[in-house]
Amino acid sequence: MRFTGWAANYIDERTSASTAVKSLGRKIFPDHWSFMLGEVALYSFVVILLSGTFLTFFFDPSMTEVEYEGSYVPLQGIPMSVAYHSSLDISFEIRGGLLMRQVHHWAALLFVAAIGLHMLRVFFTGAFRKPRELNWVIGFLLFVLAMALGFTGYSLPDDLLSGNGLRIIDGMIKAVPLAGGWISYLLFGDEFPGLDIIPRLYVLHILLLPAILVALIGAHMVLLIVNKHTQFAGPGRTNDNVVGAPVMPVFAAKAGGFFFIVFGVIVLIASLFTINPIWNYGPYDPSPVSAGTQPDWYIGFADGALRLIPPHLESVIFGYTWSWNVLIPLVGLLVFLAAAALYPFLEAWVTGDKREHHIAERPRNNPTRTAIGAAGVTFYAGLWAAASSDLIATHFRLSIEGVIHALQFVTVVGPFIAYFVTKRVCLALMRKDREIALHGFESGRIVRLPGGEYIEVHEQLDDYERWKLVSYEEYQPLMVRPDARGRISASQRVRAGLSRWFFEDRISPVTQRELESQRH
Amino acid sequence: MSNRIETQHTMSSTSPAPVRRSGRRHPLATAALLVVGLLATGGAYALATTSATAETTAASEQMVEDGGKLFAANCASCHGLQGAGTDAGPSVIGVGALAVDFQVGTGRMPMAASGPQAEEKPVQFTQEQIDAMGAWVASLAPGPAVPPDRYLAGDGDAAIGAELFRINCAMCHNVAGAGGALTEGKYAPGLAGVDPVHVYGAMSTGPQNMPVFSDLNLTPEEKNDIITYLKYVEETPSVGGFELGSLGPVSEGLFIWIFGLGGLVAVTIWLTAKSN
Repeated sequence: MRFTGWAANYIDERTSASTAVKSLGRKIFPDHWSFMLGEVALYSFVVILLSGTFLTFFFDPSMTEVEYEGSYVPLQGIPMSVAYHSSLDISFEIRGGLLMRQVHHWAALLFVAAIGLHMLRVFFTGAFRKPRELNWVIGFLLFVLAMALGFTGYSLPDDLLSGNGLRIIDGMIKAVPLAGGWISYLLFGDEFPGLDIIPRLYVLHILLLPAILVALIGAHMVLLIVNKHTQFAGPGRTNDNVVGAPVMPVFAAKAGGFFFIVFGVIVLIASLFTINPIWNYGPYDPSPVSAGTQPDWYIGFADGALRLIPPHLESVIFGYTWSWNVLIPLVGLLVFLAAAALYPFLEAWVTGDKREHHIAERPRNNPTRTAIGAAGVTFYAGLWAAASSDLIATHFRLSIEGVIHALQFVTVVGPFIAYFVTKRVCLALMRKDREIALHGFESGRIVRLPGGEYIEVHEQLDDYERWKLVSYEEYQPLMVRPDARGRISASQRVRAGLSRWFFEDRISPVTQRELESQRH
Repeated sequence: MSNRIETQHTMSSTSPAPVRRSGRRHPLATAALLVVGLLATGGAYALATTSATAETTAASEQMVEDGGKLFAANCASCHGLQGAGTDAGPSVIGVGALAVDFQVGTGRMPMAASGPQAEEKPVQFTQEQIDAMGAWVASLAPGPAVPPDRYLAGDGDAAIGAELFRINCAMCHNVAGAGGALTEGKYAPGLAGVDPVHVYGAMSTGPQNMPVFSDLNLTPEEKNDIITYLKYVEETPSVGGFELGSLGPVSEGLFIWIFGLGGLVAVTIWLTAKSN
C-alpha cells in the first residue's frame, strides 16, 4: 500500500497525470446494451493487433517461387510463392500458428460486423446529430478502413481464393475508363498478377492502414469524450446531463471484463471452427476459379453488385471498351457509401435543426429516417445475399437464374417496399404509444357493471414508464420563406419539399394538458 | 430435356473406349469385360454383335441376355427397346458398361422424376443386375468399361491429384469437393463418400452436365491421383476444427454474425440488465 502510494505520487509529480485521471475517472457513461457494440469493435481490434503481430513474426510476403516441402501431403512438391509457403508453415509447422491465424481472421470478421451493427445503432437512434456529425464521418472512415484492411489481409496468403479476389479488383480497376489499364499496371507492377502485389499489400496491411486506423480510433474516442455519450430519454435524463456509471470503478470494471469476454469468445470460436483453410485452395494460379469463391462477408455487397448487374452492358466508344456492367455497380456503390457518410449533414439541412442533441431517439419516433435506414439496409442486404447466390441456389434447391432475378427485385424494388412498410409501422407504433400513454394498457380484467355492461379495465402506466412514451421531439415541415431580397430560391424550395417529405406524416407527443384531462 | 439428350449423346460418342482385359472385380464382370474387349478388338458393330457373343462363354451370353431383359423391363420406356433412345431419354448405344455402373450404381437411374438433373437416390438393383445391364449396353457398341481395381485404389500422388482437381474439377465441385451450383437448377454434387469407381466413372463417361475426361485428357493414373486426393481430404481430420460445410467465406460470415456477434450482443444485454 505504501509502495502504491509512493509510486502514484512519483508519477503524478512528474506527469500531472492525476488531473487527467480525475476527470476521466469521473466521466459518466450511460448504460444500455446497444451502447456496447462499439466496444465489441474496439476490443476485437485489440485482438487483431495482438494476433497480427504474432503472424508478422513468421509471414514472409515474397512472391519468389519455391517448392513446397512442408507437412501437408497434397501440396508436397508443388511450386508456390514464399508468401503462400510461409502461410502454410504458420498453419502446419509453427506451434500455435494456426490458432493465431484463425483468431486473427475470426476477429477481423467480428470487427467489421461489430462496426456495422454499431453504425446501425447510431443511425437509428439519431446519435449522429449535432454535435456528433464529425464523429459519424470518422466512424464511417473507420468502417471503410476496416474493409480495406480486411481485403488486403484476405489477399496476403496468395492462395487461389485470395488471387481470385485480386483478379476481380484488377477487373474493376481495368474497367475505369481510359486510365484503368495504367492504374492496374501501376498497382501490380506488371501484367496481373506480377511479382509485386503481395509485398505492396503487406505494407498497406501492417503499416499504413493500421496506422491511420489507430489514429482515427483515437480521434473517435476523444470526440466521444468531448461530446459525451447519448442516452435514451428517461426520468431525470435530459439533454443537459448524462446519467450512468462513472468510469472509475464501475464502468472500467465492466468494460475491462467485457474485453476479456470478447477475447474469450473469439479464441473459443477460433479454436473450434476452421476459417479460410488455405491448404484446400492451393497456390494462386490465374486459370482455375473454384465453385463457392466468395470474398469475406464485408466485401460481399460489392461482389453481389457485380453478380446482379445484367450482363452484356458494354459499348465501344472511340475504340475504347466501356464496361458498364462493372462501372454501374462501382459508381452505384460509391454513391451508396457517400450517402451513408453524408447523411447527418443532409438530415440537418432538411430539418433546419441547429440545436445540440444528447438524447438518443427511439427509432419509431423518427419514422422517415428509420424508413430510409430500412431501405438502405434492404438494398445492402440484397447485394450481400447476391454474393452467395450460388450457395442459396444449391442449398435451397433453386435455379441460380431465379435467385439472381429475385435478388435483383429485392435490391431495386425492395428498398421502396421497406421504406413504406417501415414508415407505416413506425407511425402505428407511435399511435399505440400515444394510446397507451393516454388511456393506459389493457389489463385483461373484465368487469361487469351493474347494468349488465362488460368493460375491460385499463391500467395506467407509472410515471417512469410513461416518460419514455411521451418525451420525444416533434418536427414540423419547414415553410418556404422569401429571403432578404424577397425571393424564394430553388434550394429553398427543394429543402421545403424534402422537409415536407420527412415530417408531413407525424404523430404529436402527448402533452401535459392531454394527460391531465385524461386523468379524470 | 432434348438438350440433355443431345449432350449425353455427344459426350458418349466422343469418348474413346478404354479396353482392359485384366484386373477383374467381380466374377460376372469378368464376362462383361470379355464381351467388351472382343467387341472393341474385332471392331464389331450391331450386326457383328451376334457372332461375337456367340464365341463367348455361355455365362456371359446368359448375362447379356439377362441384362437385355432387365433393360427392357426397367429402362426401355425412356431409352427405347434397342437402347437407341426416345423423346424421353437419350440413346445408350456406345455409353459403355461404366456409364451403366455409374448411373444405376448411384441410384441416378432409373430416374425418380423429370427434373433439372437425375438425382442420387437409394440404388434400385443388385450389383449383379447392374453388371448384367452393363454387359447388355456394352454389347450394343463399344464404350468405357469398368476400370481395373488398380486405378481405383487411391494409392497415387495426392499432390498431383489435388492440382488436377483444382484445375479440372474445382470450378464446379469446389476445392474441397463440397459441390456447387450450375445453371437452371442443375448442380455439381458434393464428392464426400462417393465410391472411387463412381468418381472414375463420372470422369470417364461425363454424366449429366459433367464433361468427359477421356484417357487422353486425364490418364487412368491421373484419375487415380484425383481419387487419392479426394480420399485424403475425406479421411484426414480437419486441422482447424469444424469446417462449417467447407463452403468458404459465406458460411464463415453467417457464423460470425449469428453466433459471434449474436452471442456478444446477448452478453451486452446480460451485462446491462437491471437486477430484479
